Amino acid sequence: MTRLDSWGLTPLLRELRFPLVAVVAAFLVAGLIVLILGDNPLDMYWLLVGTAFTWPDGIGYTLFYATPLVFTGLAVAVAFRCGLLNIGAEGQLYVAAFAAAWVGIELADLPGVFLLPICAAAAILSGAIWGGIPGVLKARFGSHEVINTIMLNFIAVALVSYFTQYHYKVPGDPILQTAPVGEGAHLARLGSIVPGLPERIPLNLAFVLAVVACGLVYVFLWKTKWGYEIRATGENPGAAEYGGISVRTQIVVAMAISGGLAGMVGINEVLGYRHRYYDGFSDNYGFTGIAVALLGRNHPAGVLVAALLFAVLQRGGVQVDAFTADVSKDIVQILQGLVVLFVAAEAMFRFRIRPAAERVA
Amino acid sequence: MLELRGITKRFGRVLANDHIDIRVAPGSIHALVGENGAGKSTAMRIAYGFYTADSGEILVNGRVADIRTPHDAIALGIGMVHQHFMLVPPMTVAENIVLGAEPGTAASLDMKAAIAGIRALSDEFRLAVDPEAPIETLSVGQQQRVELLKALHRRARLLILDEPTAVLTPQEVAEFFAILRRMRDQGRTVVIITHKLSEVLAISDDITVMRDGRVVGVLSTRETSAAEIARLMVGREVLLRVDKAPATPGGVRLQVRDLNVTGPDGSPRLRGISLDVRAGEIVGIAGVEGNGQTELIETLAGLTPRAQVTGRVTVGGRDVTRMNARERREAGVAHIPEDRHRRGLVLSFSLAENAILGVHYRRPAVAGAGGVMLDGHGIDARTDALIRDFDVRPPQRALPARALSGGNQQKLVIGREFSLPPTLLLVSQPTRGVDIGAIEFIHRRIVALRDAGCAVLLVSAELEEATALSDRLLVMHDGRIAGEVDPARATSEQIGLLMTGGGGQTP
Repeated sequence: MTRLDSWGLTPLLRELRFPLVAVVAAFLVAGLIVLILGDNPLDMYWLLVGTAFTWPDGIGYTLFYATPLVFTGLAVAVAFRCGLLNIGAEGQLYVAAFAAAWVGIELADLPGVFLLPICAAAAILSGAIWGGIPGVLKARFGSHEVINTIMLNFIAVALVSYFTQYHYKVPGDPILQTAPVGEGAHLARLGSIVPGLPERIPLNLAFVLAVVACGLVYVFLWKTKWGYEIRATGENPGAAEYGGISVRTQIVVAMAISGGLAGMVGINEVLGYRHRYYDGFSDNYGFTGIAVALLGRNHPAGVLVAALLFAVLQRGGVQVDAFTADVSKDIVQILQGLVVLFVAAEAMFRFRIRPAAERVA
Repeated sequence: MLELRGITKRFGRVLANDHIDIRVAPGSIHALVGENGAGKSTAMRIAYGFYTADSGEILVNGRVADIRTPHDAIALGIGMVHQHFMLVPPMTVAENIVLGAEPGTAASLDMKAAIAGIRALSDEFRLAVDPEAPIETLSVGQQQRVELLKALHRRARLLILDEPTAVLTPQEVAEFFAILRRMRDQGRTVVIITHKLSEVLAISDDITVMRDGRVVGVLSTRETSAAEIARLMVGREVLLRVDKAPATPGGVRLQVRDLNVTGPDGSPRLRGISLDVRAGEIVGIAGVEGNGQTELIETLAGLTPRAQVTGRVTVGGRDVTRMNARERREAGVAHIPEDRHRRGLVLSFSLAENAILGVHYRRPAVAGAGGVMLDGHGIDARTDALIRDFDVRPPQRALPARALSGGNQQKLVIGREFSLPPTLLLVSQPTRGVDIGAIEFIHRRIVALRDAGCAVLLVSAELEEATALSDRLLVMHDGRIAGEVDPARATSEQIGLLMTGGGGQTP
């Protein structure tokens, strides 16, 4: 059977070539910076990468850090496959996390079999709505999704902050966070399932959900007629229209799915980790998701790998901070920035060589 | 006058020019012919300094010339007129001509002298261009003459013209050729890049034929024939005529009544179009591009927003006026769009994915009615059948459509639309950017579809194609049907008259 999507082994390797080059180049340049600062880059990298792979803490935390990035990376990738740039994953995940907590508080007495799925659904649905709004605005009025998603980020952050502060905070609590959700809304930590993994590590079933989501997104995009319609719209809206596909509908659907995926961060954060909404919890997950999608070439498998890489850096950064003389954990930020820079440079490189080849007349 | 010696140019992995030699005699009209992608434009762009050759040399008037930029070429007396005009519409002819080489000092612009000079040039070659007229008031043919003037004004002795007749009516072509002959007779040299054989025979003195980046023939026009040129261009014998039996039309399949379409800006694009197409006949639409043909086909295919459309369209007696593209395809309407890159294909998709565009939601693309999962086996089987029946090369269904030549891309689109199967075929520019070998194939398939009882509405900017394929020929001008002619009898003068709105040249 044909690989309809041309993701056979050879094209896969070809796809991987540039991201790998970008990562290696980023490490080389960052190494140079470390050298200039007066530390040994090899030691630093050993610390950085080595700590991420210790058992159980390194691996446990790395996977925990990777979880939200998988969701936001998928969110950005799905929108991108439809030709849309979703800069609003940050706002979508905030709304979703708050919605999950809100349902978990309001229906706290429900048994887990009901409460957990309802809370998860609330996160996905609210994220989908928050993502769908710019989709509708674009489909209906042609206003650009980049502007609208950015604007909705501000609104989302302010809105959930307001509700937390004035309506759902435990009176007297100095921290800006809601009351805890009902016990039934707790998602099991992997520590309670995987032998040898202590339960204090917050890695939870949301990570499994993230991996499953990668598979589902892949099947959806490349094996269903709906995914076909989204991809056709993204690659060539004129041809999609010609093929009887409503471009407007696809824009709304893709943005809603994107928002829903971003919203799943709320499942990890509220149901799996803190069991309440904690204001300002997101460490720019929505924006890092753009980099993750870019590095992962907007493919679910690539997103998974890229999210893991970013998580490794994040986990190792803490150690670098503690155990080197002159290098702070900002090196992680620099590394991430360099990776994005090199991936983007590759896009420019392609842009330059392709038109030349197409100019042949 | 101009000689290219052993010019080689490579774009990435593509060898666009492979050691080509072209010799243009002074005071001659030299045709450079070849299929799309044969490398003829590349060669001339090297001569004009747009590209620099990887190896080889250019001689102008017998001396080796170092041409690195168009500026160098202009200094050597070489001018080039591009397929797409480079004119500023609100500015006058004279202003456009002096643009980039303004006369007078830095502070003052001496337009009077420029206008006088341009008028003199225009009179010398009888171009009938008013230097003080704004460009936007001129017809396409006149704009082209402005481009000629621009080159002449820069003292070009050699003019390179890239597909100059693509935008002209038959009358304009005849006038244009007369101008070229006058220019030759006054000692100018002309290189005309084209792929239209009749024009090559009508205008040129010498011919250089290119294929796959190489020069494959140097001919004297007086001693050759269309068949020979075509054979050299394609590399094998080509049937230049369309073989078809007289049509045996059945009942009316497509009925259009008083169709009015406005553009997104509210300007009228189609004005009261009414026409019938019967089963088993090909109705052609001729006309200068931009006179509503695109809007007509797009509207009939259901691609124009409904708010911009009034009138009534029925297919096989069913009113489809309110139907969208998918519903119309379900009603048996196939559409081969004029621009396969913008409409007909998703270039980054594989052949298999492209083979199901428009039918991706039903069997065999999905298993069973209302299915959601794509059926890989069904899609592969359909794609393989299509590749086989329509001779798509290379026959690899996982290849992206981008990797195919124009002709094979078009065969893929045609194959997909033909296997609906359609009862009405809307086809626009079926052989644009398609090599001669594939043209023959595509024409045969369209005629075969007609013979099988399908109604065909054909738009072609190539008058020869429109007359050869059509059983009836309508001519469009300014959003209206200007008239109907019998394609077997009408002369190109008659058709050309209708193309300009019936009464001579439009201003």
